Amino acid sequence: MKSGVLRDLAVGAVLVALLLVLPILFPKPALRDFLIYVMAYGLLAMSLNLLVGLTGLVSFGHAAFFASGAYMFGLLMQSGTVGIPVAMLATVGGTAVLALVIGAICVRLKEIYFSFITLAFQMFIHSIILTWVSLTGGDQGLRGGIPRPPFLGIDLNDAMTLYVFCVVVFILCIAIMRQVWRSPFGFTLRMIRDNPTRANFLGADVVRVKLGIFVLAGSMASVGGVLLALFVSGAYPEFGFWTTSGEAIFMIMLGGSQLFIGPVIGAVLLRLLDHFVTIYTDHHGLVLGAVILVIVLGLRQGVADYIVDWLERRRETRAAAASVASEKGAA
Amino acid sequence: MLSVQNLSKSFGGVQATRDVSIDFPDGSLTAIIGPNGAGKTTFFNLISGAIRPDAGKVVFAGQDIVGRSSLEVVRLGMARAFQVAALFPSLTVKDAVTAAVTSHQRKSWTLLQRFPLEGTQHRTDEILELLGLSSKANTLSRNLSHGDQKLLDIGLALAMDPKVLLLDEPTAGMGPDERWRMIGKVQHLWEVKKMTVLFIEHDMDIVFKIAQAIHVLKYGAVLAQGTADEIRRNQDVIDAYLGTDHHLAHAAGQE
Repeated sequence: MKSGVLRDLAVGAVLVALLLVLPILFPKPALRDFLIYVMAYGLLAMSLNLLVGLTGLVSFGHAAFFASGAYMFGLLMQSGTVGIPVAMLATVGGTAVLALVIGAICVRLKEIYFSFITLAFQMFIHSIILTWVSLTGGDQGLRGGIPRPPFLGIDLNDAMTLYVFCVVVFILCIAIMRQVWRSPFGFTLRMIRDNPTRANFLGADVVRVKLGIFVLAGSMASVGGVLLALFVSGAYPEFGFWTTSGEAIFMIMLGGSQLFIGPVIGAVLLRLLDHFVTIYTDHHGLVLGAVILVIVLGLRQGVADYIVDWLERRRETRAAAASVASEKGAA
Repeated sequence: MLSVQNLSKSFGGVQATRDVSIDFPDGSLTAIIGPNGAGKTTFFNLISGAIRPDAGKVVFAGQDIVGRSSLEVVRLGMARAFQVAALFPSLTVKDAVTAAVTSHQRKSWTLLQRFPLEGTQHRTDEILELLGLSSKANTLSRNLSHGDQKLLDIGLALAMDPKVLLLDEPTAGMGPDERWRMIGKVQHLWEVKKMTVLFIEHDMDIVFKIAQAIHVLKYGAVLAQGTADEIRRNQDVIDAYLGTDHHLAHAAGQE
């Protein structure tokens, strides 16, 4: 049990080191920008996977909390009354309350009905953002920029500082989600994913547990929204449009839902595809669709899941071959 | 411990349970038998809180539990295994039992520690040992043989440390030898754990061999109840249920 924690810490440390070394090795701003995008959307996809991959709740409306993160944070900062840390905490708290209200209604429904009602709430929030022009700026987005006053001697107006800040927040959130993934609560979620009726007959309060993870996933998504708002210095209605939720689902499908880090791999792949395909053609949606079709029909699972399964199978065949060989040797 | 009084339930025009009253003494091993469609599984659903009865009482641990949710009933100490093994296909045998034990210890919400919790290890090993599943601890539930899946299903129920255990056809879908092995394990469990066990069974040889008391249901009502010998000789039962079974009719004639 302890060794699991140590291994996770080691992997986390390697990841931090990698993320910090990359922009030093390749000092072009484009790489930093790319990585910040990946981290922001990676948090969205990772948090969605707590619902999809871990609990079996396919939410189509997860970007609502991503947008709520960006807007709440942007508005708080524009009000000029609080610093960045307080604004972030208030945003996460506020989104948690929002997720609690929406989740309390959604998690009672099952399967496709759950998916559709989450989509409905997302469209509802998107409409509010579009129509409440005096507060949100409507379809123009939150204008006027988001101020980044220095705190604790940290000035996020410096591009590299902002990048490091994003890395730290990203890794912190990943660590929290990893803990959820490996905790007894995470296994309660797996029970519910596999067989909710049985989980209920084993003393798990299915509705409450689902609500718990819904709130947690929503809060984590809001952090992704905060990072994106900080980076682009604004918030836009597209953050909360259904296509953003769709992208998060694509990331999970591309990367894989059963390996913890799969959605981040998906986020990297999707952003890379986006980046390179748009250079060559306007029809990037077509290319993206084709790639997803190939993965869905060809691998029938995310890339990371496929690789894990493939390694597993190879190890098993080798073990079988080894045991046959040793039997022959004995004979 | 468990007592059912005047229990009734209808689904539309079908009376699935009609005025059933049965006492299950503490620590008894009781069989519920009856032809297909007699309302045996419905009876289990009614007492375990899965379905609410139209009328009647289910007295368990000194209180009427009609209207309680299945969750509350489980927490009071009544666990069940299912006719078609209800498992967690993607979890290993050990993880599934550990998760169930964790849930029983009311620690399903624990976030700050890692799975498995130290306090669950012993209990999990004990359950796997008891059912002979220790060697398959790391097998995924979905890859188990049919018989082992049924055993794991019972193992999950045992994790609730039940006072009353409901087994819905523990031997369903098994060959003759496997049936006897399975029921041997059930009997062993009952002896070791001193639980009150109710089981639904179709194999009359098994029922007559191990059950202390037998209750025969037909069209949702209690047709007869008694010991194996009493049921064997009961003319109603022979007519309604066993009459077609020459082997048993013959066996009854030999008594």
